[in-house]
Amino acid sequence: MAAISSDNHGLRLVVRYAVLTLIAAIFIFPLVFMVMSSFKPDLQLLRDTSSFRAFLPVGDLSLDNYRDAFTRAPVATFVFNSVLVTGLTVLLSLLFCSLAAFSFVFLNWTGRSVLLSVILATLIVPFETIAIPLLLLVSKLPWIGLDGFQIGWLNSYRVQIIPWIADGLTIFLFVQYFKDLPKELIEASRVEGASWWQIYRKVVMPLSGPVLATAAILKFLVMYNQYLWPLIVVQQESYRPVMVGLQYFFQLDTAWGEIMAYLTVITVPVLAFYLVLQRAFIASIASTGVKG
Amino acid sequence: MATVKLRGIRKSYGPVEVIKGVDIDINDGEFVVFVGPSGCGKSTLLRMIAGLEDITRGTLEIDGKRVNDLEPSKRGIAMVFQTYAIFPHMSVRENVAFGLTINGVGKAEKEAKVAEAARILQMEHLLDRRPSALSGGQRQRVAIGRAIVRDPKVFLFDEPLSNLDAALRMDMRMEIGKLHQDLGASMIYVTHDQVEAMTLADRIVVLKDGQVMQAGAPMDLYHEPANLFVAGFLGAPSMNFMDVRVSEVTESNVTVSNGALDPVAVPRKGRDFTPGQQATLGVRPQYLSPAETGRGMLHGRVALTERLGSETVLDITLKDGSKLIAALGEDRILAPGTEVNLNFDPGQAHVFPEQR
Repeated sequence: MAAISSDNHGLRLVVRYAVLTLIAAIFIFPLVFMVMSSFKPDLQLLRDTSSFRAFLPVGDLSLDNYRDAFTRAPVATFVFNSVLVTGLTVLLSLLFCSLAAFSFVFLNWTGRSVLLSVILATLIVPFETIAIPLLLLVSKLPWIGLDGFQIGWLNSYRVQIIPWIADGLTIFLFVQYFKDLPKELIEASRVEGASWWQIYRKVVMPLSGPVLATAAILKFLVMYNQYLWPLIVVQQESYRPVMVGLQYFFQLDTAWGEIMAYLTVITVPVLAFYLVLQRAFIASIASTGVKG
Repeated sequence: MATVKLRGIRKSYGPVEVIKGVDIDINDGEFVVFVGPSGCGKSTLLRMIAGLEDITRGTLEIDGKRVNDLEPSKRGIAMVFQTYAIFPHMSVRENVAFGLTINGVGKAEKEAKVAEAARILQMEHLLDRRPSALSGGQRQRVAIGRAIVRDPKVFLFDEPLSNLDAALRMDMRMEIGKLHQDLGASMIYVTHDQVEAMTLADRIVVLKDGQVMQAGAPMDLYHEPANLFVAGFLGAPSMNFMDVRVSEVTESNVTVSNGALDPVAVPRKGRDFTPGQQATLGVRPQYLSPAETGRGMLHGRVALTERLGSETVLDITLKDGSKLIAALGEDRILAPGTEVNLNFDPGQAHVFPEQR
């Protein structure tokens, strides 16, 4: 009996790992294809797509595509812009959305539940519907910067950052997480004499690692993948992010090898960011799963 | 150390009133226990004293000063929560010193106070641990330590032992009692456990439905309960109640009886009765004993025998079908089915005009 059951167990394990490997392969093959193709000349690249060679480092391999991509477009500038805009937006978003959620959950003020409902309702509004009104708005907003007073935010970093700082989803994530924190911790802090700011900084935030990681990664992906918004508000090359930069490679002669090289380069920050936060991210997804 | 005065304290959530006018005076250095069943408002009352709940009406004074509108931290109180409420991301030392850190107390003073609290609670060896590496009892000790270092006028305890297992609960109960002796501070302690109330309190306040049922020294409440609720709430096993009919009322006594109880004259303790009325007779299980001679006052049959070692608890079905618990000496073991006639000292019995 014992032997049979252990055989069963082994078989189940094999099947489970086979299925998991298959799923992992489905997800990783496009990435492998992208990286491999980035080293191949266009002709070979297109020929290889009909066979398994597309996923293998075979044939005429070189770094030419990378060299050409960097010549065709200011890739470093695009990556810098995207990392700067994304990084700042993520940081500011975590700060402001968590403060908003803190106020919704822990402070007692009239109308907070109504306002929270309104904020949550914005989750169902697609960005495309507000893109044009938002464009009209930011084109008329004033700004005082290093170069003095001016009207209009177009062609800047701020126009890519500020409208994206506060969003319903991030606030919602924080609200849900804060609601699950034991309220006695907050009450004990109040009895001990902590101000609301101290409670936020010394008690709530240090306990919010999982939600900070989740919110950061979701925000990072949204921001790094920005396309429509920067396309309409940024005409100057020096402020352009990576996704808009992709257009440079889709002109008269589509250079597939260079596109693959470009994509490989711009994927690196995403992977780096994910790897840093991976543990916290998985933990938070897993814990929300358990709570159902 | 300070006095606490509650005057006409009321609390409403919308149209629902949960605290219905409470007046309590707590003396300097007194250990007062609020006890009552769940939902009686005892925790709400404590939280109102702490400042975690608003006071709808009435006046709360601590140390002679009205504190209704003061922030919790300005009231001179420290609170220990049922769930300990210690910060999981800080070491024990940081937890205990939290209030001092927040209030900008100097490093030397802070360390001295933490060391003193750790000494009192015998947890010097735990100071650098994280809460996750502590047992329930140790965590509660940390919470108490955090209260001690603030040197509060009044300690507030909100069911601090409810999350501990039975053995630990007894240890911690004794420690809290000892802490009160050592510090001599005023303490208000909320529990639903009447054993904690009886053992710890200088004075017990029994609450029900947001009202004070009776307040007084533990043994006074035990021996002279003001009403049916207090009589039934304090004491284990709880007091036996029998539906009886009043046959005679004199200056000092009232004579009652029912189908299983021969007429007996019980002190009426100033309560008003009229002959013929229905009333409730209360006798504690410890005051019942099998009749050695004669036919006894109460007649029934043993339904169940529980041997607890120190005593034997008999579950008795009386002649009229009602149930009765008798707690006898350890060797008084009667087999189920045995007919019993029981006696009790009428001086230890209580008659209440209200019915169950």
